[in-house]
Amino acid sequence: MNRFAALIDALVFMPSRNGKIRLLAEHFATAPDPERGWALAALTGALSFREAKPAAIRELAATRVDPDLLALSYDYVGDLAETVALIWPERPERANSLPPSLDEVVEGLRSAKRGQVMGLVEGWLDTLDSSGRFALLKLITGSLRIGVSARLAKTALADWGKAARPEISVDDVEEVWHGLTAPYAELFAWLEGRAERPASGSGAGFRPMMLSHPLEEEDRAALDPAAYAAEWKWDGIRVQMVARGGERRLYSRTGDDVSGAFPDIVDHMSFDAVLDGELLVARDGVVAPFNDLQQRLNRKTVTAQMLRDGPAWVRLYDILFDGDEDLRGLSFVERRARLERWYEAVQPRRMDLSPMVPFAGWDELVAMREGARENGIEGLMLKRRDSAYLAGRPKGPWFKWKRGALTLDTVMMYAQRGHGKRSSYYSDYTFGVWRGEELVPVGKAYSGFTDAELVELDRWVRNHTTRRYGPVREVEAGLVLEVAFDSVHPSTRHKSGLAMRFPRIHRIRWDKPAHESDRLETLAAMVVG
Amino acid sequence: MSAPHQSNPPRRHSDRPHPDRWIKVLPEGLYVEPGGFYIDPVRPVERAVVTHGHSDHARPGNRHVLATPGTLAIMRQRMGAGVGGSLQPLEYGEGLRIGDVGVRLVPAGHVLGSAQVVLEHAGSRVVVSGDYKRRHDRTCAAFEPVPCDVFVTEATFGLPVFRHPPDLGEVQKLLHSMALFPERSHVVGVYALGKCQRLITLLRAAGYDRPIWLHGALEPLCRLYQELGVELGELRPATVAAKEDLKGALVLGPPAAVADRWARRLADPVVAMASGWMRVRQRARQRGVELPLVISDHADWDELCQTLEDVGAPEVWVTHGREEALVHYATSRGIRARALALIGFEDEDSEGISGGALGGDAS
Repeated sequence: MNRFAALIDALVFMPSRNGKIRLLAEHFATAPDPERGWALAALTGALSFREAKPAAIRELAATRVDPDLLALSYDYVGDLAETVALIWPERPERANSLPPSLDEVVEGLRSAKRGQVMGLVEGWLDTLDSSGRFALLKLITGSLRIGVSARLAKTALADWGKAARPEISVDDVEEVWHGLTAPYAELFAWLEGRAERPASGSGAGFRPMMLSHPLEEEDRAALDPAAYAAEWKWDGIRVQMVARGGERRLYSRTGDDVSGAFPDIVDHMSFDAVLDGELLVARDGVVAPFNDLQQRLNRKTVTAQMLRDGPAWVRLYDILFDGDEDLRGLSFVERRARLERWYEAVQPRRMDLSPMVPFAGWDELVAMREGARENGIEGLMLKRRDSAYLAGRPKGPWFKWKRGALTLDTVMMYAQRGHGKRSSYYSDYTFGVWRGEELVPVGKAYSGFTDAELVELDRWVRNHTTRRYGPVREVEAGLVLEVAFDSVHPSTRHKSGLAMRFPRIHRIRWDKPAHESDRLETLAAMVVG
Repeated sequence: MSAPHQSNPPRRHSDRPHPDRWIKVLPEGLYVEPGGFYIDPVRPVERAVVTHGHSDHARPGNRHVLATPGTLAIMRQRMGAGVGGSLQPLEYGEGLRIGDVGVRLVPAGHVLGSAQVVLEHAGSRVVVSGDYKRRHDRTCAAFEPVPCDVFVTEATFGLPVFRHPPDLGEVQKLLHSMALFPERSHVVGVYALGKCQRLITLLRAAGYDRPIWLHGALEPLCRLYQELGVELGELRPATVAAKEDLKGALVLGPPAAVADRWARRLADPVVAMASGWMRVRQRARQRGVELPLVISDHADWDELCQTLEDVGAPEVWVTHGREEALVHYATSRGIRARALALIGFEDEDSEGISGGALGGDAS
């Protein structure tokens, strides 16, 4: 555990991305199997231990320290693992017992029976020092929040692997990744040149997706419209459908397997192909607001009623594999032709083609983008006609060109401490609009401001607090936040009956009196569909 | 102020006026009415008693200032002519009457010259701690607990997550990193008054005898400490030094400078910070600190609790910091406690986020 704890500490404090890659590569080079594999699994979020949930850890800590002091400390630190690691009372006899190794911890948790897990954790916490406790708690809660994404860990793997395999890139790692399981012995063996490339790339694994850049005005000036094809950008979630050799998987953009939540799609994947599309909720071919799709996200299982109320649909953008044939090297135009032919031949249910949007020049496109305000459309996609399907986010071939945002002047109502790098700053704001004489909350935003503005907002919150509820402060109705958002929909979750899509702080109106901000009727009039 | 709730009768006579009748929280600061003076006022006043030289406690422009000779020297150094009217030194342990109040200054162990103010009036004794710590510090006299009826304490690190590890271990961390990266400059963020000089004495005690390089903002107070008899070894100005000389060197700078452009002139610097806040990893990350050193001039949680024990006061007022937790703890120990909600005292880390520290690789 000590080596892993040292790695976690070093990563937390390493400010530079390249420095992090160096630290990770060094760990892969020096730690033995299976320890490095478990570390990799922890960093990529591939480990989860059912019973070691935050609530259980909090409960455990409350058996050792005053629960009120624990709550105040957590409120201050903003990170449960760190709070408990720091507050856990050290026992003088700790020096006499050996702290567990990472392998011991993982094996212990994996083989533990229901009800034994927290007992194990308690014993380990007593033998570890503060760094070790932090690493252990981060590990078992499965969300490290230490500034290392799965992508960064894979980049480090590829970097380190180059010593023995000069030809590989991070996309090769991504390509084989989904067929592998922790502790990844065959992956390390391959990267050390001791074994063949793992064969898992041919299974129903996830293929790295091609992503787009937002189109900035200065980009547009340099683009030749004739070189690009346009299509609508649908307002759902990007998915990859993989049906290979009888296996069927639906993956989110980040490669998370969401098949379980969408049997109504998976049931109809009776083909052999890998497709790229947008997951939507649609009734009779009409796309429902994003809010309806949201009801079905982040669920392990799904009820018959949810299937009936929010039927899923996939609007197809691209084809990566047709049978065993890898089409990713073809141009967009060629792939599109293959996609259309494939669709015609297979006629899959619950899926349709995202139509191409023909246009003569920029003026026409600008007009269409402005006019696109109906449900389900977020804006336009521009794809270079000759672009191959490339992993990641290459600049140039694909652009997303979202329609202009809506804006509204709102009043800050509550502020909450952020997490991770923003812990201890009040960085998450709930804002509202006037309904008669009262403010009703209409959304929450935690982005769109600079670090310097965050400091000012944090100070404003601290100086204008009227009440405190744990980590949340209620503030005076005194600060106007101009909020930008993509659209607004009816919602039963909010007291106001409305929910915004992608709200973010557009401007902080230090100058504007709160009573002059917008009213609920104004927001209601922006609802479409 | 309402009459206190007396569920737990304190050991004093009912005919003595409760100290909250003669010590008041006014916009200028803590006011001792029968003496007509303020302690660490945040606005200029007629008469001020100043606990120590940090700028949120010692402010310019008071007509009359009473403090230890060390604190007065620091105030003169920092404020020059703006220091105020008459400056009256009072040595540790010596008594004095101001109006109807007996005043004594007792070491607080925070920085050179720092004092607790012991107030006696109408049969009650109140001790105002100022900022303090309990562990050994070569640059100043050690904290002396004074038994009292009301103890007025700080609570900068008033949460049980704040436990400062032994100083020596933290200094060893720095020396170890310097041995590991001999080609890199190590630049350590330190507060100009107190932390800077204490870190230097800790390094010297750990056997580090090479020159230590200083940002210009740290020089005057180091010189003053040396004049007042604190041994700091060889110090050199980093501001005009050639970049070559700073390879592998140890450089101290004010916290705002070390993660900023100033530090970039150094050779691939390891950015360190010496502060009690470094105990919380995310705090260190926010500051862009690669090597956090948990070295503080404030009492940690255990020291705060121990001090309440040592002074044995039946009543505690908390001036600034994380008041809520300390009030809760004191109450659970049968001590009457409340927060004074004094304004104007800054957290050690209130300089906010240094540029770009929130940016970078989000996960």
